[in-house]
Amino acid sequence: MLLLTPPLAWFVVVYFASLVLLLVTAFWTTNPFTTQIVQFWNTDNFQRLINEPTYHAIIGRTVLIASLVTITDAVLAFPFAYFMARVASRRIQTLLFAAVLLPLWASYLARVYAWILILNHSGVLNWSMHLVGLPPANIGYTNIAMWIVFSYIWLPFMIIPTYAALERVPESLIEAATDLGARRWQTVRDVVLPLALPGVVAGSIFTFSLTLGDFITPILVGGAGSTLIGNVVYDNVGIANNVPFAAALATVPVAIMAVYLLIAQRLGAFRAL
Amino acid sequence: MEGLWTRIALRLWVALILLFLFTPIALIFVYAFNTSNIQSWPIPGFTLKWFTSTWNDPDVRRSLALSLQVGLGATALALVLGSCAAFAIHRMTWFGREFVSLMFVLPLALPGIVTGIALNAAFSFGGISLSTLTIVVGHTTFCIVVVYNNVLARLRRTQGSLIEAAMDLGANGFQVLRDITLPLISTAVVAGAMLAFALSFDEVIVTTFTAGAQNTLPLWIFGAIRLGQRLPEVNVVVSFVILVTIIPVVIAARLTGGGGTARVPAAR
Repeated sequence: MLLLTPPLAWFVVVYFASLVLLLVTAFWTTNPFTTQIVQFWNTDNFQRLINEPTYHAIIGRTVLIASLVTITDAVLAFPFAYFMARVASRRIQTLLFAAVLLPLWASYLARVYAWILILNHSGVLNWSMHLVGLPPANIGYTNIAMWIVFSYIWLPFMIIPTYAALERVPESLIEAATDLGARRWQTVRDVVLPLALPGVVAGSIFTFSLTLGDFITPILVGGAGSTLIGNVVYDNVGIANNVPFAAALATVPVAIMAVYLLIAQRLGAFRAL
Repeated sequence: MEGLWTRIALRLWVALILLFLFTPIALIFVYAFNTSNIQSWPIPGFTLKWFTSTWNDPDVRRSLALSLQVGLGATALALVLGSCAAFAIHRMTWFGREFVSLMFVLPLALPGIVTGIALNAAFSFGGISLSTLTIVVGHTTFCIVVVYNNVLARLRRTQGSLIEAAMDLGANGFQVLRDITLPLISTAVVAGAMLAFALSFDEVIVTTFTAGAQNTLPLWIFGAIRLGQRLPEVNVVVSFVILVTIIPVVIAARLTGGGGTARVPAAR
């Protein structure tokens, strides 16, 4: 019990108190002239969120990008994880696992920056397009760039739990399906896929949540129409100095994640985490 | 059960994904040697001049010093708090265990921006001005989880019989801790510390909200890329940060057999 006191105290005093304060702050307001926080209980911030179409568009765009990134990563990750779990030898499996972990840990900013170098006007992409005789792609600083970069950065988060779930699919079930006359694709669709689903959903928690809260990638690789929830929060803390409104907006990804986690739990994703 | 063509298709897919994962990282290292200060492909030639100019840049040095300071501070705090938490949770049997355990991993599940702005709101409410200390507090909050996960995983795999045997042979509590428990968990503790440092050294979202006018290395990089300034130096710094974040992870993976390194960067 003595051991638990320091870390528990840290979490309660630093982390939880801050989270509670964040929620309370969302119901405060700022003085428009001095930008000082006024501790007057009201729901103006939330009404602004509900009434202004700009914020609907931003929240909608954020959820859309997060969903697109999640689907893209699931599609990219599944065959890779399948190969790792069910085809590769033990040695190749270990090597591939390391190959997924390294980019996961390699600096986040470095990996976003690499894509600026690739996608910019005189970058590797346009050069390669020219090489094969195609017109330049010029997708730097657009929503497409943002979609590619998010998918790239979070891909390892999808591969690892999908791989873990696929590895746990018992060989006997697949043999049973084959013995009972199922075709190869039928076995994959009716046996492997349902059993691997919790892993994919577990991975999607990361890809979805991380995209919801990001503001660095939209700033660095996005364009004029790439503002996400994170950017508005960031601008309201920094430039506009309206922490109460930023706090109200920050509750949106938390609420979305709460709903998402509830669905994920229903699908058995927590056991696959 | 896979046919020949399926196997070939899967191999091709894996090769393409690996190319997708590693080309951007490899490219950064190439650009670090770019002779031109314009970042276009192909680079006209190779030079080492940016390494010298980056090393002599006072802004980069100041940011590096701050990042090291914050990384070491947050790691030290996380080491103590995370290990304590792991020991306590491991010994706990009552029903609150699951809840407390969930609490320690919450900073992983919530987006980093929520942790960042919550701490920012708390500091401004408490009248605490943003400084090196507030960055350390922010980093410690998500670094604890890394140490906690690693130490707890090791404790769960450690056999209780070893400790019982030592006690039966007459060792007192301190002797058991010094001669049995600590040697058994030491590599997990070291691995946790390395991962915590790597995480702190690269963190940018929580740092944005907890740093005042100071720049950590990631904040310097973010600012420079955003303004499109000093990009040749950014290439060098970014290559360096990749190495600094990867090397501790490789060591940690060797110490723990890979388990502890699989999911943690979600704290961002």
